[in-house]
Amino acid sequence: MTTIGILQILLFFAAILLVTKPAGAFMTVVFDGRRTWLHPVLRPLETAVYKLSGVREDVGQKWNQYAGALLSFSFFSFLILYILQRVQGVLPFNPQGFTAAQVPPDLAFNTAASFMTNTNWQAYSGESTLSYLVQAAGLAVQNFASAAAGIAVALAVIRGFALRQTKTIGNFWVDLTRCTIYVLLPASLVAALWLCSQGVIQNWKPYQPVTTVEGAKQVIPQGPVASQEAIKELGTNGGGFFNANSSHPYENPTPATTYVEVFLIFLIPAGLTYTFGQMVGDTRQGWAIFAAMSVLFLAGVFAAYSAEQRGNPILAQLGVQQSPSASQPGGNMEGKEVRFGIAQSALFAIVTTDASCGAVNSMHDSYTPIGGLVPIFNILTNEVIFGGVGAGLYGMLLFAILAVFIAGLMVGRTPEYIGKKIEPKEVKMAMLALIGTAALVLLLSAAASVSHFEKGSYFNPPGPTTANRTNSGPHGLSEILYAYASGTGNNGSAFAGLNANTPWYNLTIGLATLGGRFLIIIPLLAAAGSLAAKRKVPESAGTFPTHGPLFVTLITGTVVIVGALTFFPVLCLGPVVEQFLMNQLRVF
Amino acid sequence: MPVSTVSTPQTEDLTSLLPGRRGQARPLFDPQILGRAAAEAVRKLNPLTLAKNPVIFVVEAGAAFTTCLLLRGAASGGSGLGFTVQVTLWLWFTVLFANFAEAMAEARGKAQAESLRKTKSDAVAKKLIGGRVELVASSQLRKGDIALVEACDIIPGDGDVIEGIATVDESVITGESAPVIRESGGDRSAVTGGTRVLSDWIRIRITSNPGETFLDRMIALVEGAQRQKTPNEIALNILIAGLTLIFLLAVVSLVPFAQYTVGDIHTGTVPGVTVLVALLVCLIPTTIGGLLSAIGIAGMDRVMQHNVLAMSGRAVEAAGDVNTLLLDKTGTITMGNRQAVEFIPAGSASEWELADAAQLSSLADETPEGRSVVVLAKEKYQLRGRSLSEHDATFVPFSAYTRMSGVDLDGRRLRKGASDSIAAFVMDQGGTVPADFSGISERISRSGGTPLAVADRASVLGFIHLKDIVKGGMKERIGQLRAMGIRSVMITGDNPLTAAAIAAEAGVDDFLAQATPKDKLEYIRREQAEGRLVAMTGDGTNDAPALAQADVGLAMNTGTMAAKEAGNMVDLDSNPTKLIEVVAIGKQLLITRGALTTFSIANDVAKYFAIIPAMFMTTFPVLAKLNIMGLATPQSAVLAAVIFNALIIIVLVPLALRGVRYRPSTAASLLRRNLLLYGVGGLIVPFPGIWMIDRLLVLLGLV
Repeated sequence: MTTIGILQILLFFAAILLVTKPAGAFMTVVFDGRRTWLHPVLRPLETAVYKLSGVREDVGQKWNQYAGALLSFSFFSFLILYILQRVQGVLPFNPQGFTAAQVPPDLAFNTAASFMTNTNWQAYSGESTLSYLVQAAGLAVQNFASAAAGIAVALAVIRGFALRQTKTIGNFWVDLTRCTIYVLLPASLVAALWLCSQGVIQNWKPYQPVTTVEGAKQVIPQGPVASQEAIKELGTNGGGFFNANSSHPYENPTPATTYVEVFLIFLIPAGLTYTFGQMVGDTRQGWAIFAAMSVLFLAGVFAAYSAEQRGNPILAQLGVQQSPSASQPGGNMEGKEVRFGIAQSALFAIVTTDASCGAVNSMHDSYTPIGGLVPIFNILTNEVIFGGVGAGLYGMLLFAILAVFIAGLMVGRTPEYIGKKIEPKEVKMAMLALIGTAALVLLLSAAASVSHFEKGSYFNPPGPTTANRTNSGPHGLSEILYAYASGTGNNGSAFAGLNANTPWYNLTIGLATLGGRFLIIIPLLAAAGSLAAKRKVPESAGTFPTHGPLFVTLITGTVVIVGALTFFPVLCLGPVVEQFLMNQLRVF
Repeated sequence: MPVSTVSTPQTEDLTSLLPGRRGQARPLFDPQILGRAAAEAVRKLNPLTLAKNPVIFVVEAGAAFTTCLLLRGAASGGSGLGFTVQVTLWLWFTVLFANFAEAMAEARGKAQAESLRKTKSDAVAKKLIGGRVELVASSQLRKGDIALVEACDIIPGDGDVIEGIATVDESVITGESAPVIRESGGDRSAVTGGTRVLSDWIRIRITSNPGETFLDRMIALVEGAQRQKTPNEIALNILIAGLTLIFLLAVVSLVPFAQYTVGDIHTGTVPGVTVLVALLVCLIPTTIGGLLSAIGIAGMDRVMQHNVLAMSGRAVEAAGDVNTLLLDKTGTITMGNRQAVEFIPAGSASEWELADAAQLSSLADETPEGRSVVVLAKEKYQLRGRSLSEHDATFVPFSAYTRMSGVDLDGRRLRKGASDSIAAFVMDQGGTVPADFSGISERISRSGGTPLAVADRASVLGFIHLKDIVKGGMKERIGQLRAMGIRSVMITGDNPLTAAAIAAEAGVDDFLAQATPKDKLEYIRREQAEGRLVAMTGDGTNDAPALAQADVGLAMNTGTMAAKEAGNMVDLDSNPTKLIEVVAIGKQLLITRGALTTFSIANDVAKYFAIIPAMFMTTFPVLAKLNIMGLATPQSAVLAAVIFNALIIIVLVPLALRGVRYRPSTAASLLRRNLLLYGVGGLIVPFPGIWMIDRLLVLLGLV
């Protein structure tokens, strides 16, 4: 690792640390329904939305009503997005004339499910598949909607801890509206304008034919990129306008924009930890969660960065310079943009997989085995290291419930978290969420690694599904595992190296995104409902302290151990053994 | 080397929250119990019984599966079955060990139930029907019947004395051989079926039907027949069942992953079913799964060993959760009785005069307070006890009406009693009350004492300062409770002044003075409304509503039936201080569960390092790098992990039955200590454990 590389990473973390409190405090005010400095301008818009949709701002919902609202909202989002894709041929803003032929039903299903669940797994490449209208009015809208829905769920779960002896946990429609109007829209607007100033494009022009310096003819895709780019990071969506995502110069032209993009990814998730602390009336609780996330983030980013900077022993043996010098970065530069280098690429890869963003500025498939293991592991832990907007916090609270329950008994009391007793109902819901996601990842990747299709099958080209891989052996297994982990974890980034645009992968990964989202959200909302109905146990010397270093260690350990115990065998057969073999100069 | 002598505590060890086991306790490994538990362990192999315990059920299913494989292999004359045989055997042992742990805990209770049952003879009852005695079997008595019990009769059922007074031997229930007095009216009217009247006679009204008596309930409880899972146990069961499912997924999905890998690399073989079953059994939390119910039963048993009868496991658990303890002042915080500590003359009387009069008026007073006056007079004023037989003495006993007692002696009329009663007495005799009378009285009250005024005819002589003596070590104990986050509240009938002084001396957090049963009830409701759990003790019928309202209500066995019905625990020793011990036992129970769960899960890490490299050694020899324990062969590694997994259950049985060591301290320090011990310990211990078993297997040539 180079000093400048380490400093870049630490500088990023310092920026996040600095912004957590103001961002969190602002969101608390917004979600409590109090006035902010944005209200004079935006409050009329908010009330207009309520009036139009018949939402009563002051009426709370029980957990099942809240979940019902979320599910119906998600279902209609999915439906609209599916239809938009399928009828893009007859709709305007389509200079390239894309039609339903580019989006067969399985792909449209996959994309709709993926964007509605904040996953943004892309089995298509944007510039050769979707019209500007679908990108802007379909995908970009879902980027806002799915992010706001995730934050709403986090709010409901926070209220489970904050409220006492109540049946309701907030109003989904109100949370959704406030989040969109006061947080996502203003921040995206500012960020998009700044990105434009740096060279990100925003136009509705047809693709431009150009003649390159070498004299070759090339067509350069255009489009409303900036408006989608800002929310792509801010809402931890990750779906790129172009196939190359944030390694494309029109999406992410400079090291400065890279910096701002990773910053936007962590902005809301980090802020929400503070919001959590404020809403439950003890900011130390929020900082403890923040600390646990930070420990895991820093451990991951330095593990990946050092692995990438160390490079590949095979190349070293071939005499390729592997140590950094003034003129070249050394290490493993395969799949990385020269303008970003190793530190910024590793940082982006870890941030995007810690949070369930999925935007990439380098190709994870080309990382060294350990460099690739960290992103996979981040996703497999349910993305709780800051995590997706809202999703990271409620995922971490799920682990908090488990950690407190397992270890909390050791203080000789029925375990409590934030003054709420953790009882059978909460444990059951937490376990359901864990089991659901583990089952999806393990069973689907297991199926994909041994399935076989006959000639003429609709689902996949004839032969084994493993033929869709680019690499064999452990690396190929990582490619398959990463795909299902990314879908289930609602991350959406691709390890790449896997041809996932076949009905088999589109349907299974689409199902994984749905399961990965709702099999966590519904149990957690149920737990929130049960928690909100409880009394608050007053704090005493006998209370399990959940704000000190001890708790931070405990919850960090729980995340790692639960993740490791569930996925150790398959990771051993994937990246772990690949690393050992690479050291023996064997690659796949 | 200097030998430091530690002063031994007096009769009751108040400095430790968990006193050593009592006389009733049986040794942990009684051969008879061991034998019975071993037999029971085999009987529990019945899958229908085992289905209640999902973790162990999965182990049994796995064992049955490998047994089938083995039989099929043997039938087809397969060779090299030694490994499968051993794994299968150890899987069955795992199930048996888990069953054994549970059976051990149950057997201890059953042994106790049996000894209780022996005492429950079907006595003949003298049923009273319209004044006529009819002999019936006691099992025919119903609620509301009236029975006559005379000397040497067994009391035929639970009841209330409605007439008479008798001494009763209750050793069957309490283990205490000294007889107790039972009489009609008041708080000592309850009698328990199965106990024996030693002298005199009583008439009782039966209060419970046969099969529902206290003794029946007690037998059912210690036997564990009515054992219901507590909420906490249910939650833990969900957790370990969930983990079992996750590990099942991990192992099942490993088959296709292995097929993929072997197919791609073209070397090695897919791990066999035996190894996969071994991996699964090692990963699922068998340790806690096998010990969970034993911990619960043993917790109830531990309460029983302290001579407390808990009506449900839920009550014991709630005791661990308690936030507020309501402690009765008398008998719990202070010695049962007050002692004279000072004579304070009033008016013109001299100290000696006062002491003399106080002694004379107390000579016939057999109450502890009265005796303490005589003792003080002797110690401080060298006034020997005098015989009053040669004098013309008439004793005036204490009565609730006059609130005075004393003696008429040679024309003197000596009285002692409450300030206002004495003042009234003196004025009645034509005297006046000295100017400093009320000042002294108030000063004594404020210091936590009780002023007892002494008068001779029309003149007030002064006061006896009676003081409540706070039990030795009580302050430390209250301090420990505070460290555990438990508020202690003193309940007393005293006036607020006296109460405040004693509260300060004992170090309690709050007090409730001049408390009526209604005040108690309201205090409990208020605490509960703020989310706190409350524990209290009580014995009288008027305590019943509060006992019922409290989360933990410890009724005294000497108390009324109503109180015993209302509470969820009965202290057979009738020692209210026991409440603190019950809280400690409740906490110990929860800590034991948490500790073994953490230990069980932490163990998995080492087992992965043993088994995963062994499984794929043929495909990826390079995975030997993960074999950090340096286990000899893949087979020895798998076998060592399985054996460790089985043996750890047996090793931890004593810990499960006895409970982990518990020292009262703050939650933070408890957590730090236990997390280090059982969490980090659980991560580390299996590594040397598995390594040693592996060495042994190689030495014995078993692999």
